[in-house]
Amino acid sequence: MQNNQTPEYAIETKDLSIHYGSFVAVSNVNIKVERLKITAIIGPSGCGKSTLLRAFNRMNDFVPSSHVTGEILLHGQNLYGKNVDPVQVRRKIGMVFQKPNPFPKSIYENISWGAKINGFKGNMDDLVEQSLRSAALWDEVKDKLKKSAYELSGGQQQRLCIARTIAIQPDIILMDEPASALDPISTLRIEELMQELKKNYTIIIVTHNMQQAARVSDYTAMMMIDDKRSGGVIEFDDTKKIFTRPKDKRTEDYVTGRFG
Amino acid sequence: MNTNNHYPQDESFRASLNTRYRTANIWQAIFMSALLVALISLMALIYTVIDGAFGYVAFEYKKDPATFTSTPLEKLSKEELLTILKSKLSSGAYKKLDGEQPMQARSQADLYSLFLERLVQLDTKQIWSMTDSILHGAEIKAETAKKYPKAKVEFRSWVSPQFLSSPMSSKAEFAGVRTAILGSLWLVGIALLFALPIGTGAAVYLQEYAPKNWFTNIIQMNINNLAGVPSIVYGMLGLAIFVRVLEPLTSGSIFGVTDSNGRTVFSAGLTMGVLVLPLIIINAQEAIKAVPDSLRQAAYGVGATKWQTVWYHVLPNSIAGILTGSILALSRALGETAPLIIVGASTFISVDPSGPFSKFTALPIQIYQWTTRAQPEFHAIAAGAILILMVLLLTLNATAILLRNRFQRKY
Ligand SMILES: Nc1ncnc2c1ncn2[C@@H]1O[C@H](COP(=O)(O)OP(=O)(O)O)[C@@H](O)[C@H]1O
Ligand SMILES: [Mg+2]
Repeated sequence: MQNNQTPEYAIETKDLSIHYGSFVAVSNVNIKVERLKITAIIGPSGCGKSTLLRAFNRMNDFVPSSHVTGEILLHGQNLYGKNVDPVQVRRKIGMVFQKPNPFPKSIYENISWGAKINGFKGNMDDLVEQSLRSAALWDEVKDKLKKSAYELSGGQQQRLCIARTIAIQPDIILMDEPASALDPISTLRIEELMQELKKNYTIIIVTHNMQQAARVSDYTAMMMIDDKRSGGVIEFDDTKKIFTRPKDKRTEDYVTGRFG
Repeated sequence: MNTNNHYPQDESFRASLNTRYRTANIWQAIFMSALLVALISLMALIYTVIDGAFGYVAFEYKKDPATFTSTPLEKLSKEELLTILKSKLSSGAYKKLDGEQPMQARSQADLYSLFLERLVQLDTKQIWSMTDSILHGAEIKAETAKKYPKAKVEFRSWVSPQFLSSPMSSKAEFAGVRTAILGSLWLVGIALLFALPIGTGAAVYLQEYAPKNWFTNIIQMNINNLAGVPSIVYGMLGLAIFVRVLEPLTSGSIFGVTDSNGRTVFSAGLTMGVLVLPLIIINAQEAIKAVPDSLRQAAYGVGATKWQTVWYHVLPNSIAGILTGSILALSRALGETAPLIIVGASTFISVDPSGPFSKFTALPIQIYQWTTRAQPEFHAIAAGAILILMVLLLTLNATAILLRNRFQRKY
């Protein structure tokens, strides 16, 4: 994955379909995710948002029955190509999960572990501080870095997970409903944080919260299942357009709350 | 009223409710009696053991202690005992004893036992259970005075420091469980050294690496079934493999040990290891399963390899559970008798195991041996040994519980 040209797009899919056994969970996705922007994936439950997101950093590899057809291109290289190592993909494309899942270790170790296993050679203390600052968590935890991450509130834990991801310096951060388990204030803080992070990272976020998608994202992919229960991207556009002048009737119904 | 309502109303509802409560009460009583029966059986078990391990003994001295010393028996010092033993025992007998364990190095209690056993020749006439001793103490004393005019009656605890520290003896009064306890500890230690790493490794492979297909399903099924195979079968396996086929290894002959055959504590320990292996694998698998997937995903999400995920997260978070499970599995090994008989535990041995290639005995073997003897004193020390075995088991289980509580994690 050499970085010899500056591509317009962070990630691009070509006829991407994701299967669980014989079931096609996501079919024929063709989207181009722009660099240093926030792209939201919205749609009703079970339409394949998480499946699609997990395909971007090959987390679906852990579902033995799953396989992918089509291509996901990162800098012009297919993530599912023969010579691509999934560990290397995850190193470049970090992920924040729905439920905060810090390691049962200290706050400090939560940040340093990823760096350590990836062979980080710089100053660890600096990296920890910098990552926590970027995740807007430093001031709250700077006096208890040695305390267990489990002593933090849910919102703090989620920001710690974001800090942990930032620490390995990925190009892209994937977020799967990162605020769905949090209270409104913690949610707001995560949203503010995303606006900050956008300066340095491309973010793809799955959310079932329309307002959140409208508030935070630059682009929105609307997903919906077809008559075979396969999910697909039915519309992909500027967030403004999706929420004000959607082309597809189903999108309009969904974003205005007239759907299911 | 709604004519479509098919439910009983008012009076008839109350009547049906009463019937329901009656049924409920009957079932509650049945469950409670089940618990009672279980409790009573348990208490009966403990009572029988304790009842046998304490009680009055009537004994005589065949030779009057006064012929050996003028000091009252309870005041005899170690030096005095040494002098008496040296002068009154035949020099051959003294040398033999000295060869087993230097006389100078023995404790006062040890020497006192020798004094009673060899010189005074303590002779137990009759023993009574704890219940008898408590309820009929006076009658016992009267009866003894009539039947054995020279005998003394004493309340004796068959479990004593002496009992713990003495080796086997042909006289129950002087026999102890030291050799058997050491044998059991060697067994359990070897079994643990063998089965813990292999069991954990197998469990990690099955949980984290192996694909889920018909083949691994069969392996899993076999492991589950092996955990239920009667222990005597493991004894046969141990005899065939460890005692016979691997004799050069298990007898230590390839390491230059010449004075033993394959019936060593090493063979028996390996047999016990194989016996507990399925249990350890299953328990370790459960412990590994209890580590939530979200933790694995967190590790993979920051670019960890599978090995790093397992080594830094799955194992540290399941090790307490793995150890707990292993300790519980070992407590099974501690109580097993049948496989030991088959792989050839010694029934009479007074030499402590000194290494993996020693001959050995173990607590359950010793207990079994003693209960088959005709003299009631042996039954009393068998009860004492059972108490000790139970204390060991309880200690193991308590350790397991402590470990579990200490390291219990909330995710
Ligand atoms: N591990 C899995 N194995 C099999 N099917 C799955 C798995 N994960 C998700 N699915 C199926 O794929 C479809 C999409 O699921 P998901 O991506 O979780 O949807 P969403 O995140 O939009 O709610 C659903 O029909 C779901 O049942
Ligand atoms: Mg989802």
